[in-house]
Amino acid sequence: MSEMTSLAAPHDAAPVPTQEAGPAPAASPPASRAALPERLYGLATAGAAWLVLLILIAVTLSMALGGKLAFQTFGLGFVTSANWDVVNGQFGAFVPIYGTLVTSAIALVIAVPVSIGIALFLTDIAPVWSRQPIAVAIELLAAVPSIIYGMWGLFLFAPFMASHVEPWVNDTLGSLPLVGPLFAGPPIGIGMLTAGIVLGIMIVPFIASVARDVLNAVPAALRESAVALGATRWEILRHVSLPYTRSAIVGAIFLGLGRALGETMAVTFVLGNAHDLSASLLMPSNSIAAAIANEFTEADTELYRSSLIALAFLLFIVTFIVLSLAKLMLARMDRSLGRTH
Amino acid sequence: MNWTLFRRRLADRIALVCAALATAFGLFFLAWILWTTFANGAAAISPRLFTEMTPPPGADGGLLNAFYGSAVMIVLAIAIGTPIGLAAGTYLAEQGRHTRLASAVRFVNDILLSAPSIVLGLFIYELVVVPSGHFSGYAGSLALALILVPVVVRTSDEALRLVPDRMREAAFALGLPRWKVSLQVLYKAARSGVITGVLLGVARISGETAPLLFTALNNQFWSADMNAPLANVPVVIFQYAMSPYDQWHALAWAGALILTVFVLVLSLLVRLVARGRHS
Repeated sequence: MSEMTSLAAPHDAAPVPTQEAGPAPAASPPASRAALPERLYGLATAGAAWLVLLILIAVTLSMALGGKLAFQTFGLGFVTSANWDVVNGQFGAFVPIYGTLVTSAIALVIAVPVSIGIALFLTDIAPVWSRQPIAVAIELLAAVPSIIYGMWGLFLFAPFMASHVEPWVNDTLGSLPLVGPLFAGPPIGIGMLTAGIVLGIMIVPFIASVARDVLNAVPAALRESAVALGATRWEILRHVSLPYTRSAIVGAIFLGLGRALGETMAVTFVLGNAHDLSASLLMPSNSIAAAIANEFTEADTELYRSSLIALAFLLFIVTFIVLSLAKLMLARMDRSLGRTH
Repeated sequence: MNWTLFRRRLADRIALVCAALATAFGLFFLAWILWTTFANGAAAISPRLFTEMTPPPGADGGLLNAFYGSAVMIVLAIAIGTPIGLAAGTYLAEQGRHTRLASAVRFVNDILLSAPSIVLGLFIYELVVVPSGHFSGYAGSLALALILVPVVVRTSDEALRLVPDRMREAAFALGLPRWKVSLQVLYKAARSGVITGVLLGVARISGETAPLLFTALNNQFWSADMNAPLANVPVVIFQYAMSPYDQWHALAWAGALILTVFVLVLSLLVRLVARGRHS
């Protein structure tokens, strides 16, 4: 790498006064003395950057190799069969896959409106002095370790759901046509509905903080134009801010979805680790991450272990896609604002 | 007042109330979770927590071995993860700033930042535990380091890019080679940002349970052997909370309280440091 490239960064990163246009000759170090540390420095930093890429590739490959046996044995049946029979060595992972998708969907149903509400509250409504403390408090929700959510969910929230929420859900929604079977079932507190709600609370801070940032980034001229036309705050959000930030808000939601799909401990506590397929959201189920957490150390056959790693592979691929989409959508917002990284 | 205006104002009011309710919803659950942890944890805290080992079912005991194991693994994870993360962050912010490799690394790094930690734990299981034939504290540290690295990469990249280019130009003008510019000028200028990043990462990894399940596993007894299964706070909490024994539940709550306080204090500290730097 030449000395020119090393100096390229400072130049196009900031406008520099013209008399500083050519510092390159001054920076060439005495080649003999500085060569070794300079080479080491270049190798170490670029090597570490490559390592980050390598980690991703290695994780994907290692999961693919570990899960190969399960994919070969069961083929497509691995994802379509709901028969997870440890004793007879039959592993169909439809239940944990279904459970992961359903709990994540419930989480989004709760987290999306709540997060956007919080973002709106923090950008437009709350008194200015209270915005920072409230924002920090919401962010602390993300700092609480997931195992704490799990304990709270198991000992406090699940009993609360069983005694207060689920009987009510049963009575009101359980008898509806079409969607009734989703909400009918024994109110035991442990199940997909509870897990989905806990997940929803967990991903609120992730979506809310990104949504707040992008709402704050709406150009003042746009908002002021709307105000000048007599728009109310809700109309500004609905017709100016949200359309303007749509791709970034969707990116934020995908970021939350990526978190929800892979969340392990909280779900493991409140989902019930059941491999039975049930239409009811009140029934215990399983998720990919919870199945791995619960069963991996007990997996005594090669095929059992391979099936769990195959699940991890699927989870990793899906979260990779979801998070990539999130990144791309957030990047589109950055570009439209003229910000580049 | 005409009907349209009334309807628009009503819609506005309803939206504002809903936004306030959404915020109250979030704060309510934060308060509920913290209150639960504090109430149950405070009742279970005793000096024995820090002097005795994790007990068998039905007996009293403490969490000393778990605290020790967690501390050692976190320190080792910092020792492994910080240099790697800082070096990669340096590449992104300095000589590689506008290269294609840097954009790819930033992209992948952001994904690793949110990747399911249980998969990263399985990866270390395949990489370390299977070849060595046993669970170990080293494997646990590596798994935690794997989670720490993306945090440090991102924060050090951002901190270094905040350093004004004039400082780089001044240093280059003195004829300093790049490694000296980074080591003696840029790292000093970006120090608080990098430290913030490491602390943020520590707050993140100290609560991580999933990646330790198949790497460090757990150990009921005192063990300082990093090459053997090692007790640690999150896995002990998991195991004890899922058990049917009251004494174990109490210990799980005590561990949960200490873990939560540690993580929250660290997170708040990081914010204070960050805010102090900005103002």
